[in-house]
Amino acid sequence: MTTKLMGEAVQRVEDDRLVRGGGQYVDDIDLDALHIAVLRSPHAHARIISIDVDPVLDIEGVHAVWTYDDLEGAMAEPLPLLIPHPTLTHGRTQYALARDEVNYVGEAIAMVVADDRYLAEDAVAQIAVEYELLPAVVGVEAARAAENLVHDDVPGNIAARSEQSNGDAEAAIKAAPHTLSLDLDIERSACMPMEGRGVTARWDTANGRLQVWTSTQTSTGVRAAVAAKLGLDLLQVDVITPDVGGGFGVKINHPWPEELLVSLAAQRLGRPVKFTEDRREHFISSAHERAQLHHVDVGFDDEGRLLGLDVRFWHDHGAYTPYGLIVPINASTQLVGPYKTGPYRVTFDSLYTNTVIVTPYRGAGRPQGCFVMERTMDAIAAYLGKDRADVREVNLIQPDEFPYDHGLVFQDGRETIYDSGDFPTMLQKIKALVGWDDFESYRAEMAAQGRRVGIGLAAYVEGTGAGPYEGAHVNIESSGKVKVATGLTSQGQGHQTAFAQIVADELGVPFEDVEITTGDTRRMAYAVGTFASRAAVMSGSAIHLAAKKAKEKALRIASDALEADPEDLQIVDGVVSVKGSPGTSINLGTVAVLSNPLRYAFDEASKAATQFSVGDATKPPVAEGDEPGLEGKDFYSPTRSTFASGMHAVIVETDPDTAEITILKYAVVHDCGTVINPMIVEGQIHGGVAQGIGGALYEKMAYDESGQLLNASFMDFLMPYVTEVPDAIDVDHLETPSPLNPLGIKGAGEAGVIPGSAAIAAAIEDAEGLPITAMPISPSELFELRAQHAVAATTPEEN
Amino acid sequence: MAENTAAGTAERTHDVRLEVNGVTHEVTVPARRLLSDALRHECGLTGTHVGCEHGVCGACTVLVDGRPVRSCLMFAVTAQGSEITTVEGLAEPDGSLNPVQQAFRECHGLQCGFCTPGFLTTVTAGIKENPCPTHEEAREMVAGNLCRCTGYQNIVKAVERAAEIARGDTPSAPAPDGDDGGLEAATGETEVARDDDASTTGLGA
Amino acid sequence: MKPTAFDYARPETLEEAVQALGSHPDAKVLAGGQSLVPLMSMRLAAPALIVDINHLPGLDHVTADASGVRIGALARHADVLASADVRRVQPLVSLALANVAHPTIRNRGTTVGSIVHADAAAEMPMVLQLLGGSVDVVGSGGRRTITADELYVAPLESSLAHDEVAVEAFFPALPAGSGVAFEEISRRHGDYAMCGVAAVVAVEDGRVTSARAGYLSVSDVPTVVDLTDALGGSVDEAALARAAEAALAQLEPETDIHATAAYRAHLAKVLTARVLTAAHDHAREE
Repeated sequence: MTTKLMGEAVQRVEDDRLVRGGGQYVDDIDLDALHIAVLRSPHAHARIISIDVDPVLDIEGVHAVWTYDDLEGAMAEPLPLLIPHPTLTHGRTQYALARDEVNYVGEAIAMVVADDRYLAEDAVAQIAVEYELLPAVVGVEAARAAENLVHDDVPGNIAARSEQSNGDAEAAIKAAPHTLSLDLDIERSACMPMEGRGVTARWDTANGRLQVWTSTQTSTGVRAAVAAKLGLDLLQVDVITPDVGGGFGVKINHPWPEELLVSLAAQRLGRPVKFTEDRREHFISSAHERAQLHHVDVGFDDEGRLLGLDVRFWHDHGAYTPYGLIVPINASTQLVGPYKTGPYRVTFDSLYTNTVIVTPYRGAGRPQGCFVMERTMDAIAAYLGKDRADVREVNLIQPDEFPYDHGLVFQDGRETIYDSGDFPTMLQKIKALVGWDDFESYRAEMAAQGRRVGIGLAAYVEGTGAGPYEGAHVNIESSGKVKVATGLTSQGQGHQTAFAQIVADELGVPFEDVEITTGDTRRMAYAVGTFASRAAVMSGSAIHLAAKKAKEKALRIASDALEADPEDLQIVDGVVSVKGSPGTSINLGTVAVLSNPLRYAFDEASKAATQFSVGDATKPPVAEGDEPGLEGKDFYSPTRSTFASGMHAVIVETDPDTAEITILKYAVVHDCGTVINPMIVEGQIHGGVAQGIGGALYEKMAYDESGQLLNASFMDFLMPYVTEVPDAIDVDHLETPSPLNPLGIKGAGEAGVIPGSAAIAAAIEDAEGLPITAMPISPSELFELRAQHAVAATTPEEN
Repeated sequence: MAENTAAGTAERTHDVRLEVNGVTHEVTVPARRLLSDALRHECGLTGTHVGCEHGVCGACTVLVDGRPVRSCLMFAVTAQGSEITTVEGLAEPDGSLNPVQQAFRECHGLQCGFCTPGFLTTVTAGIKENPCPTHEEAREMVAGNLCRCTGYQNIVKAVERAAEIARGDTPSAPAPDGDDGGLEAATGETEVARDDDASTTGLGA
Repeated sequence: MKPTAFDYARPETLEEAVQALGSHPDAKVLAGGQSLVPLMSMRLAAPALIVDINHLPGLDHVTADASGVRIGALARHADVLASADVRRVQPLVSLALANVAHPTIRNRGTTVGSIVHADAAAEMPMVLQLLGGSVDVVGSGGRRTITADELYVAPLESSLAHDEVAVEAFFPALPAGSGVAFEEISRRHGDYAMCGVAAVVAVEDGRVTSARAGYLSVSDVPTVVDLTDALGGSVDEAALARAAEAALAQLEPETDIHATAAYRAHLAKVLTARVLTAAHDHAREE
């Protein structure tokens, strides 16, 4: 019997190629292509008076220079607003090349096509632009104050004002025995994949076809957008996602101006053209996320049980809203975490600022929501003098309360109904893993050495596997090899491995015989994309269903060939046999041969399928309702999202002298339903935790008042090296399968990052004995907090 | 090395002989062509990746005369006369993976693979210089390379595993899971040996 | 992020290098390039002529004798750091070098190049200044020695003439009865420090006879402060506090995105006490 691969730490099939330097990333394709460089706005807010491209036209090696005036038809219209929402009343998107106004440093103004990137950059430097400077709106406070407007026609800088509630929170808080108010801030960070954005396009003049390779999280999305913008039929455009050097969300936004411009340039010039974003461009012209200010009012009883929760927050959306309100909606709905909040009301304003656009970054609003909820839990515990874990415990949704309906509408337009989970067990596990109950003795031990330590805890629930659908196509070749295609894309999650495990298990074929293709519209034209921790849930389920269909057909054909009932057949190691009678068997490859009645033989095996060899002469060779080939195609489209969950706990040390912050221990308990490949899942958790630590202690976008990004390099935007990540991340797990999909999967991609800032803030607060209300926090900021706190402690309170 | 002034262009080019992975590449490039770009575009060796072009991320690291160097911080013209090794040149002569490549694969030391070539070249040189790195030395060996996917946990395991394979110490592959180091381990007081047969935790997918 | 075009000279003798530098007012020497090339790629520097000295003979030496340590212009940080002789003769050079960026950068970057780049956030300019070292340069006027005091004239500016090539740095040996220490605090391991302090302390008969500290990243030029008087012969808590205040009086910490001026000042005080103590301990071991 073939060993089940589901749940096994199968080594990745991707890696042999990648460790040899054989990866094919987008910049590795068409090495002789022409390169573009983009002139980007040096100003955060300005009107464009004039652009002089004359100096560029005669430069040797320059093939084209375009501004807005060179764009026509749909290309001259604003970029699409991808996800409209009823409350997004003032959605705005930029043009592929700015028309008459720029709204952030980095916005595309003109494009040069040249022999290579060096020449293209030289040429861009020669373009002269005259600007009329306008006042820049930077940061949430300035946006709220609305003394200046980002877009003249958007009053108050408010793109959207949204409110949801599941009860009368105000009344509930008023009636509660205890209340607290908190103000909590999170600053901007960014995905920062090691590979920036990139796109290469080829136009086949003879056939009128466009092929686009792009480093994206949605090849079908880019295809539709490119076709629409260039006025091509969908079937004239192929979009292929090659190896992608990380995404973490930023590559789900589309179409980027360059995806359109490169495609159009390839078409107009009849030559391959590419764009390879450099690191500075990635900082100033891709996307950021996270910045929000929050105000919380909460009512609770003597045990710390929530009686009512009222949250208002202000979301910094940057200059435009191409990806709609996904981030603030996630923040507002996922804030509730594993808790029964009592009546909950959440209101947010999505605000324009003259800074880089905001689109989802791993976690996508959930880290902010988690930070708000968990800081609130800690504040309640501090107020009541209770153990922080105990306060959480009394609020947890119990295992017998699933499905649990929060009465909120999630980011996919569906209800926020938790499918499964076991939060009380999870809390016990995280306490055990981090040593929660023993911590006071550890603290005393460290204090005796003059060392200051603190512990913190944070819990989250993550809606994963959002719809609308994914599909899969499984094709068993006459060699017995299985070729599988699914449309969403891969950025290092090991899909080729994990999905092959699903197929090998379902079909009963050797793992090595399964080959998975992702993100290629030539192979699967219907797909959505890779975001919201949805690949395993959506494509995993679709692949499982498609493999099942292929298997059913294989068994039907084999049952004819073996003259046995399909019920009595099994497939093991690629051979169909009669259960209990292994001698009666047929290779799956031969079944594939039989599935396709042939007029022409091309080898020995195919002779078996020619018309004098098979079939009942009285029936059509392909039965009615059937089709040739041993294939299965299916789609998975769930009613609503699955909900994964987890809890993190962290022990930090703060240096009493230098205010340096060191993580001594990081513990994770995690539940994402059924496991496909624990090695891959653990890798996802590790990576997420490191990004969480980066977001909590190191990374922030430092804008000055004029809207210049002061740290647009890896020198000053401090992504963690190994030295900034703890030596061990302790992981324990729970597995509560989702009832919503055939495999019970929930999804794991984003989880690791979500509670980082919440847990670390709690631990620092515990170490320092002063409230931590804004993240990230640097040693310098901790030093200043200490100073303020010391002053406050010696100044009589004024009320 | 010869200089050329191509007709019609202002920029002078230079004929440069690059010795890469034991193969001589005669390339003609302007002086400003970064070594990283010359390797990728002129030599067609696209395994060397460009992540930041200011020397911080380490993705473009190659070996120059056996030492790890940022190829984005060198001009191709200045590399003439040096022996360069890129990720494509790391495999054994028979085509099998070298110990570092093997270990990264075994330990799940890579996800998207973009930063990986820089780690592989760095660690290949590192364990040659220090065949028995302590755990702390294994961490230091990769401390100048950024990875956004892995959180480094499995990369450090891969460094230690690579050293083992290179020394011929243990034939068996370690489980990808870590140990459950207690508080003492986390405070950096112990934690030298790692548990190689730690069982795999079954996490969700 | 690609450099602008430049002319390229690859001299084979020092004379040719000097000549090439003199041939263009906007010429720049390329040695390790670990600071220059990123600036060029960001187009923050755009020299018209690069004089690549990497192929000059006889400049990659690292030697140490009773007088001190001599480091050739093409000696890479890694070579200097690997030298047991350097560590023995002037341990502060090794202590500081271990904090210069990451090993891969040290494999290519040169110590002399870092010294003449004159970055107040870098380790080696400050150490040269603290130890009273010097740099030998060769130009059209011949060879001359520039002491550290005369070398650093303004932020990111050294007193080398336009056509001069730095060929060697000299760090005096650590005298008997003296000790050194170095400590810096950076956001990430390997980053430029928010504050770094080195100290040289001389002890005679249990009494501190001289104490000097060097500071990086707290002023816009490498800064050395004599703390002998402030210590008043000892390194007890009160003396250290006096020394820290005395040092701060001569520093001008500024705010940037990583640290406020107040935090930098605080770090300077904390580190001053730490390195004076450590250097004092070291002196007594010697």
